[in-house]
Amino acid sequence: MTTQIGAARLAAHVHSALSEAIVEHDERDVWVRPESMDGVARLLKDDPKLDFAFLVSITAVDYVEYFEIVYHLLSMRRNQRAVVKTRCYDREEPTVPSVVDVWQGADLQEREIWDLMGVRFDGHPNMKRILLWEDFPGHPLRKDFLR
Amino acid sequence: MAIDTKPITINVGPQHPSTHGVFRLRVTFDGETVVDVEPVFGYLHRGTEKLAEERSYVQIVTLTDRLDYTSSMTNNQAYVRAVEKLAGLEVPERGMYLRVIGAELQRIASHLVSTGFFLQELGTFVTLLMYCFRDRERILDLFEMLCGARVTVSYMRPGGVFQDAPEDFWPALDVFLNEMPGYIDDLEGLISDNEIVLARTRDVGVLSPEFAIDCSVTGPNLRGSSVHWDLRKADPYEVYDRVDFEVPIGSRGDCFDRYMVRIQEMRQSLRILEQCRDQIPEGPVRTEVPYFIRPPAGDAYAAVEAPRGELGFYLVSERGIAPYRCKIRSPSYMNLTVLRDVLVGWRMADLVIIFGSIDVNMGEVDR
Repeated sequence: MTTQIGAARLAAHVHSALSEAIVEHDERDVWVRPESMDGVARLLKDDPKLDFAFLVSITAVDYVEYFEIVYHLLSMRRNQRAVVKTRCYDREEPTVPSVVDVWQGADLQEREIWDLMGVRFDGHPNMKRILLWEDFPGHPLRKDFLR
Repeated sequence: MAIDTKPITINVGPQHPSTHGVFRLRVTFDGETVVDVEPVFGYLHRGTEKLAEERSYVQIVTLTDRLDYTSSMTNNQAYVRAVEKLAGLEVPERGMYLRVIGAELQRIASHLVSTGFFLQELGTFVTLLMYCFRDRERILDLFEMLCGARVTVSYMRPGGVFQDAPEDFWPALDVFLNEMPGYIDDLEGLISDNEIVLARTRDVGVLSPEFAIDCSVTGPNLRGSSVHWDLRKADPYEVYDRVDFEVPIGSRGDCFDRYMVRIQEMRQSLRILEQCRDQIPEGPVRTEVPYFIRPPAGDAYAAVEAPRGELGFYLVSERGIAPYRCKIRSPSYMNLTVLRDVLVGWRMADLVIIFGSIDVNMGEVDR
């Protein structure tokens, strides 16, 4: 059975290597500072005790006060999953460091998030729209269209 | 005298017959050789994730049918499992067995479609495609008995399935299970040792396991590259821990291995179906669930092994009757990440085959 890594353990592990990175954690998930995301990603992948070599998906959720970027990770060798989240409070130009250098699987997903949610990924080699056309106005998955 | 050639960029698609839907490849050629590829898609974008934010949890089932339209059952399954995880719903035993029966029939149907089109692209003009479609038709007939629809089934519901299988479904399933292995043998007899097929697919479009994992590739493409990873084994959901089956893997990660993994998976699916038919208990098929489900605030991610790989739904609830956010992690979309790297260096004629063996479905890519 696939298990989920304990959030407290994961947070403590990341904290010991990158003391500034962790914001908080609850029973399931860990929140990190957006500007530390690339460093955390590198640690999650390369540390043999964590070994999250497989990026399952990246999701952006618009909570109006902030954007939350959710990373679902998987360690195939240890059959374990992890959820790492980061919050971005800037609504005008939300920006998060790209993790394409760590997991190539992030490439199309980060472009999709830029296209549909309008969150930029700093360091992405090709930050263009992917599903919609280039001069589409706005980002459709944002909650700007509340009735 | 040296002959000077310049690279030329041409469009393959969006209406090219071998692009599996509306999909465009901007390919730069040096002579016959591919030097660069840029996939262009979004022609089929319907905004499924946004539409889901305006619909109740039960209504969204019909949207999921239209993602990967050759495997509606597994789309339903992934979605309802995410809802059940979010809302804490239980599924009765018989409901779970019926779901697995639906999902495994769908896997065979979907692999028949991808194998058929793959062979079509190899140049086996129409004949083998029609054999595959003849067999798929029998599965669609079974679906029609189950739920009245053939392609967009909407068979599953949060908490179970929409209705029990009718009496005459079981004898029809028996006939199918008896005849299908022979059909797969026929197909294999024509293809698997064929000199031309081997020459065109062996060691063509090789995908290394390390690169596949780095690019988040799942499904037969990953297993073709000799990575033993199948969610049905790694994280057995529903009744997969009660049935006996194997996970076929390839050895070289080329087009032939990906084709072979799909053929072997069809045989394993038949094994699972036989065991489910023998094990299925009597009882209710769905728990009582209110029409408007209001899950507690929070989020949930659930995934199943769809025919093309890990299909996951990430749902966020804010206690409304519709999800606050519904993200679809579709395997075809992720598998496209490797496209450029597996195509560069091959020729125009190989491009069509390699793309066919990666087997993407545009309904799921564009969403």
